[in-house]
Amino acid sequence: MSSLPVFQGGHPEAAARFVENEPRTHWHDQSLWFVREKRDRAASLVPDWEALRDAAAGIRAHVRGRLPELLEEFERNAVARGAKVHWAADAGEHNEIVHRILAERGVTRLVKSKSMLTEECGLNPYLEARGIEVVDTDLGERIVQLRHEPPSHIIFPAIHLKREEIGELFHEKLSTPAGLSDPTKLTEAARGHLRQRFLRAQAGLTGVNFAVAETGGVVVCTNEGNADMGTSLPPVHIACMGVEKIVPSLEHLAVLIRLLARSATGQPVTSYTSHFHGPMPGGELHIVVVDNGRSRLLADPAVRGLLACIRCGACLNTCPVYRRSGGYSYGWVVPGPIGSALAAARDPASHATLPFASTLCGSCDAVCPVRIPIHDTLLGERRTLAARGLIAPGKRLGLALVGLLLRSRASYEAAGGLLRFALKWFPRFLLYGPWNVWGRRRELPAPPVESFRQTWRRTRGPLPSPAPRGKGSPGTSAGGSPRG
Amino acid sequence: MDSRRRILDALRNASPPAAPAPDLSRVGVRWDDPVARLTDAVAAVAGKLVRVPDRAGLAAAVAALAAELGAGRIGSAVEGVPGRVDLSAISDPHGLEGLGLAVLPGAFAVAENGAVWVSGDAFRPRATFVITEHLALVVSVRDVVHDMHEAYRRIAFPAAGFGTFIAGPSKTADIEQALVIGAHGARSCTLFLVG
Repeated sequence: MSSLPVFQGGHPEAAARFVENEPRTHWHDQSLWFVREKRDRAASLVPDWEALRDAAAGIRAHVRGRLPELLEEFERNAVARGAKVHWAADAGEHNEIVHRILAERGVTRLVKSKSMLTEECGLNPYLEARGIEVVDTDLGERIVQLRHEPPSHIIFPAIHLKREEIGELFHEKLSTPAGLSDPTKLTEAARGHLRQRFLRAQAGLTGVNFAVAETGGVVVCTNEGNADMGTSLPPVHIACMGVEKIVPSLEHLAVLIRLLARSATGQPVTSYTSHFHGPMPGGELHIVVVDNGRSRLLADPAVRGLLACIRCGACLNTCPVYRRSGGYSYGWVVPGPIGSALAAARDPASHATLPFASTLCGSCDAVCPVRIPIHDTLLGERRTLAARGLIAPGKRLGLALVGLLLRSRASYEAAGGLLRFALKWFPRFLLYGPWNVWGRRRELPAPPVESFRQTWRRTRGPLPSPAPRGKGSPGTSAGGSPRG
Repeated sequence: MDSRRRILDALRNASPPAAPAPDLSRVGVRWDDPVARLTDAVAAVAGKLVRVPDRAGLAAAVAALAAELGAGRIGSAVEGVPGRVDLSAISDPHGLEGLGLAVLPGAFAVAENGAVWVSGDAFRPRATFVITEHLALVVSVRDVVHDMHEAYRRIAFPAAGFGTFIAGPSKTADIEQALVIGAHGARSCTLFLVG
């Protein structure tokens, strides 16, 4: 009852379209769980894993309190090494700066490696409308670019596609033989295709995984080597970073690098972890530092912790909702738990269904390498939505009813008894009527003979007094007070 | 007001109270046998590790690798390893296209993850390590560090410079999670551990 489709185009509607194809939903779920398991194996091989996560959380909290001075230190050192540092308050200014750098140098062919920031800013369409050929060079990104789609995952942009679909796409766009779907051969075809683009590019653009204040350098991690190709052939390198990417020094970088690839793909480290301090001899390095709403997040104590995110994607891979609803169901550039939290923090009205795209199981928190309290943040955002009247009426009603039932022991127990009775005796058409949203694709569970409380009373005597109500109880989300 | 000022002011006004400096005292790994661990780690990143007893044997080991790979154009920035292509004479990196094997000096290797630190100061042009079809890195067995913390303590950027950790060949798993070696960069990565 908690997902009545009232607001059109929200997460529940998009997810409903995704799960219509049941085998495919299952396949998507399994693909991501496979990555989650790889992450677990990688973490288990690191004896100080939990200490690393503590240290990383400490580093990111420390940085949040010192962003302006660290950014100024970074700028001083980057400039001293020959880089040019640009500042963009919002997406529009970011795009203008990148375009100006390219236009002033007559660049019409740009190769890009992965950058969620430029996705957030809508850079590609902006440049293409101004006559610049933009080639995404990460294989997954190139695949979705050729399909005119956005990435559906921040690490595996084409995780929603099957090899046969990529084979068809390459047959059409890269003239591979019809019916070819072997990943090795398809990758080889893309290598040849993109090698030509690298060789004729006039500039390369990358994202930034980390920027080091003490040294003035930016660090870019890839497995394919596309960032390195794109920055070592053409003479102009543009690196775009959000203000939160900064770390104080190399000792802090070490902690985050040890966590990033293991959390993202289960590898001990990416194939290439490249440190750019100043331009190539005879070249140019431009670093664009972007706010685009980050200072507003920083100002809000309820959501500023989200700025710790290092975009590893671990919370997407583990999330039971993301795995079964796909990246496009979120309708924002970063999907999954962290994306939902970020989107709703930036603009609650436009993303009012996303804080509910979670079971609040806490699996995201359990894998987050920087210990962001993601599910607590989502719960807080639900409260904000409720306080601001942004929850769809049907859902509000449902939550109010649940709130009533859960508010007193008597009503809760009565409801439980009624449900057990109904599950046992009611005919199917009553149980699975249109009001049973949960049961549309699932069987209801077999009813237990008695409730936990009944068992307790029978075997141990009277129930202890209820504990005082603590924070974070999901049943209170509609009626609870907003945070802060 | 310019954007730089605006952003820094906005961040200053939004900044939470300073959090204490992070505690890094509990992180770090020490391996009983770092070289054994490195060997496992290099395999885990799809690289290849070859032990070479001394510098004198290096040229022959590289020649054997080149023959095995069928690499014709070999460029080397390692002393005592002859290349057929003079890398330092190539001013335009586009001239590197078609390079079969690049042999580059690694400053040190990291036991925890199989990565090798390659400093941009040690070779020119910068594109060499990624544009080559195959890559070989040379590291002395004395230069194996335990973990990334020790690694970063050995790195400094006193001036403009480039450096990269290379862990195995270029790879991707972007098509249905299937691991494919040789996405854009080197199709193989051999670490010659000398000594």
